[in-house]
Amino acid sequence: MHDLTLILMSKLNYWIYILLMMIGLYAMIVKNNLVKKIIGMNILQTAVILFFISIGAKNKATIPIIEHAHGPGNHAVSAAHYINPLPHVLMLTAIVVAVATLGVALALIIKLHQQYRTLEEDEILAQLKNE
Amino acid sequence: MKVLGAIIVLLFGSLLIYCTLDFPSWGDPASPASTHVSPYYIENTLEDTAVPNIVTAVLADYRGYDTMFETVVIFSAGIACFFLLRSFKRIEPDTRLYRHVPTGITFRIEKGGRYPRESVDFERIDLQWVPHDLIIKTTCRMIIPFIQIFALYVIAHGHHSPGGGFQGGVILGASVIIFAVSHNLRSSTNRISEKNVVLLSTTGVLLYAATGGLCLLLGSNFLDYSALSQIFGVDSVTARSFGILLVEIGVGMAVMAVMISLYYNLASAGKQDEGL
Amino acid sequence: MMWLIQLIILIIVVVTALAAITVKDLLGAAILFGAYSFMMCLLWAIMGAVDVAFTEASVGAGISTVLFVAAVFRTSRRTKD
Repeated sequence: MHDLTLILMSKLNYWIYILLMMIGLYAMIVKNNLVKKIIGMNILQTAVILFFISIGAKNKATIPIIEHAHGPGNHAVSAAHYINPLPHVLMLTAIVVAVATLGVALALIIKLHQQYRTLEEDEILAQLKNE
Repeated sequence: MKVLGAIIVLLFGSLLIYCTLDFPSWGDPASPASTHVSPYYIENTLEDTAVPNIVTAVLADYRGYDTMFETVVIFSAGIACFFLLRSFKRIEPDTRLYRHVPTGITFRIEKGGRYPRESVDFERIDLQWVPHDLIIKTTCRMIIPFIQIFALYVIAHGHHSPGGGFQGGVILGASVIIFAVSHNLRSSTNRISEKNVVLLSTTGVLLYAATGGLCLLLGSNFLDYSALSQIFGVDSVTARSFGILLVEIGVGMAVMAVMISLYYNLASAGKQDEGL
Repeated sequence: MMWLIQLIILIIVVVTALAAITVKDLLGAAILFGAYSFMMCLLWAIMGAVDVAFTEASVGAGISTVLFVAAVFRTSRRTKD
């Protein structure tokens, strides 16, 4: 029983991220509406970002801003006291790129709506077949 | 399609869950991700760059080349949105709405009518008429300067606290967007025109690249800011801190301009006359 | 204690994600996506990624929602699923 709790404590987070990622993937595959597909894409992106952030987490560590940086004397900086900053850097740029892709995707949607007057995938496909 | 999608998702998900069994447990300080290069960053950032916020230092200094091309990606997204949506055929509608500002009366002028001359008394408003809401307009006008000052603080103080070019640029862009939402798109484009937006975004990207090129000219590697010590007249550690600030300003300008341009194009479907 | 807060926020995140892809109104979906982003931002703040949380609060919960609302305003709110 104790082992099971330990496994749950250490792995439950990852399982929830996978659940989130699968929600996003499911929306991208199954949903018929294009805006819903984009929301699914964003959910998938944030789930991946969440996963990256969580592999940088450390127990008993503080945020990656060095303490007493301007105090008198030099304090020794130990790597175990600070959370791993590298995933934060990579994901910070990923979030901003995510909003850039979102902008382009929404521009494509507006263009499609001007052309076909609908956002449903099957209606667009039916119009394409009739042409 | 629904069943097929569910099957794919379930298979993929169970495969990933099976893989998590080999993961280090959550928050393990000895996990592989935290043992290779990141201890170097944590232990040496303060000596190398004099920047307490490790994320800013790694973002703009150690991995500056990466961040430069992230900025280029955002810039090209703005350009892509522009080319996809922007249409220059301007069809002015015959029916226009004007508001007499001192009294708040709205005029509807049909075809053949005489439009009032451009003046401070008459303000042209969108055809999809929104009521004149004094509370929203006044609140936004009062709050925008504080948002902008906070954004500048976020850019300038990114060395010591969470923040930096990306966040500050987005907040600056949001202050312009809040103005466009609370008034209308036309009064916003009158203040910050499309030309200025494009100019700002290119200046931001070029400022980043120029900082790197300046280091190159001073006989050092591309984006190695310690070469800037010859210009600023400080030691090379402080020069790296200054170089990070220059780069953050460039990122902030580019991100702000791209956010505004995305909003202008999306809200007006490329016509940039009437929007949300 | 922190573990409990994290678990609660994770559950809210999953619920808002499910709601955002099932609600039958695109404007509602956009707003729910904003709520999802903000909950995600809280999660990152708990994990100690303050810079990422700050970016997500301004980008995900702010600008993304505005862009979604603008696009829905320019197209249609109707959706079949």
